[in-house]
Amino acid sequence: MKTTFYLFKREFLGYFRSPVAYVFLVAFILASTAMSLYLGHMLETNDASMRTLFFYQPWIFLVFIPAIGMRLWAEEKRSGTWELLFTLPVTPIQAVLGKFLAAWAFILVAICLTASMIMTIAFLGSPDWGPVWTGYFGLFLMAGAFLSITSLTSAFTKNQVISFVISTLVTLVFIFLGWSVFSTLLESFLPIAVADAIAQFSFITHFEPFQNGTVSLGGLLYFLSFTVFCLFANVIVLER
Amino acid sequence: MIEAKNLTKDYGTNRAANNVTFTVNKGDILGFLGPNGAGKSTTMKMLTGFIPPTGGTGAIGGHDIKENPLEAKKLFGYLPESGPLYQEMTVEEFLTFIAEMRGYTNADDKQKVLDRALKLCHLLAVRQQTIDTLSKGYRQRVGLAQAVLHDPPCLILDEPTDGLDPNQKREVRKLIGSMSKDKAIILSTHILEEVEAMCNRVIIIDKGKVIVDSTPEKLKAEHDGKRLEDIFCELTTNAA
Repeated sequence: MKTTFYLFKREFLGYFRSPVAYVFLVAFILASTAMSLYLGHMLETNDASMRTLFFYQPWIFLVFIPAIGMRLWAEEKRSGTWELLFTLPVTPIQAVLGKFLAAWAFILVAICLTASMIMTIAFLGSPDWGPVWTGYFGLFLMAGAFLSITSLTSAFTKNQVISFVISTLVTLVFIFLGWSVFSTLLESFLPIAVADAIAQFSFITHFEPFQNGTVSLGGLLYFLSFTVFCLFANVIVLER
Repeated sequence: MIEAKNLTKDYGTNRAANNVTFTVNKGDILGFLGPNGAGKSTTMKMLTGFIPPTGGTGAIGGHDIKENPLEAKKLFGYLPESGPLYQEMTVEEFLTFIAEMRGYTNADDKQKVLDRALKLCHLLAVRQQTIDTLSKGYRQRVGLAQAVLHDPPCLILDEPTDGLDPNQKREVRKLIGSMSKDKAIILSTHILEEVEAMCNRVIIIDKGKVIVDSTPEKLKAEHDGKRLEDIFCELTTNAA
């Protein structure tokens, strides 16, 4: 437990040792705010909710999270420091968990920085707070699932760019599965039950109830089990 | 203290290490010699548990590296080839992290081992500097400092003087020599004067096989007092 904590600490503070972290944070806030204001027309909807922000988050995560997580293992492999790490008294589970939690915490920092939007809607109207908080909770869970994919793909290569591209492609599949355009396409040649079953694997499908103000048990279990599965695969890849 | 028992490693059809067996006892400084690609680093990586052997096993202080890796890893310090380090950290941050991973969680203990390692490896002057701003010689000393931080009974050093200038080489040799009395040390090198200067045992490995396990004096006596370098060339080209 302590080992995991110290790994977490090193990794988390590591983000702030380079200017890259600040660039990422600024880019994330700009993208999140701009998309909900100009694409989602947040101010014109006359609706004091965070819906427009949540709606575009999976698409921002698609680029942002692989960019945050691509270095997790690829960088250790490139610089050779994983040889140092794994000859210290550390188990692969502790190492994977410590690094994953650090990146997840960094993403949490980024998500929290969108609080300016909450203040805006609170100032302009009287929002229904339930969907705001459950939405943020769902966002955090979904970020974990995205990140677990990146952590896993990052362990396959010593090249951060390859890690980024593969991770983006895989997460794109899990977004597309629930995208209405894609499901309509599937329904055109597959039985509706099958198309529905496929859509059940999508991040978007499971994120929706959270945006509507419910903490769905299905969504919670889906995101958590998805994350655990990817991290488990990550441990196996590193042990090979 | 350090045992290699029939260590074998195959990479595809290439056998990088073939039944490598030896024991290093307390007080021994073993010079591990061989041409490039002979299997020195592979053997060391297997001994430290970084890569799993295809056959055989290693043990440190009686703890099998496969069965009981955490206990075994507590007992040795390892300097990987080309000394990988977390470049973005300062010397002090890096060594503090290593101390934490080694189980020194109490602030006083941490400070004590940190100060000892900084002093021992002459790093006090650069303790606040980030590692990527240091010269090669200093970086190698940081690598050594992390290996000796917990005052382990066993040291496994992969080319500890590689890339250093003659003064730095002498310095590092002196440092290793000063720790030799109560430790079991393996150091790989292809600099033969190094072996003559500091080792009381020598193993020559070629094409993955141990071809000599002796002492420098005995080896010279067996070869009519020739220089170690001539003996090395004779043995390794003969086997080719």
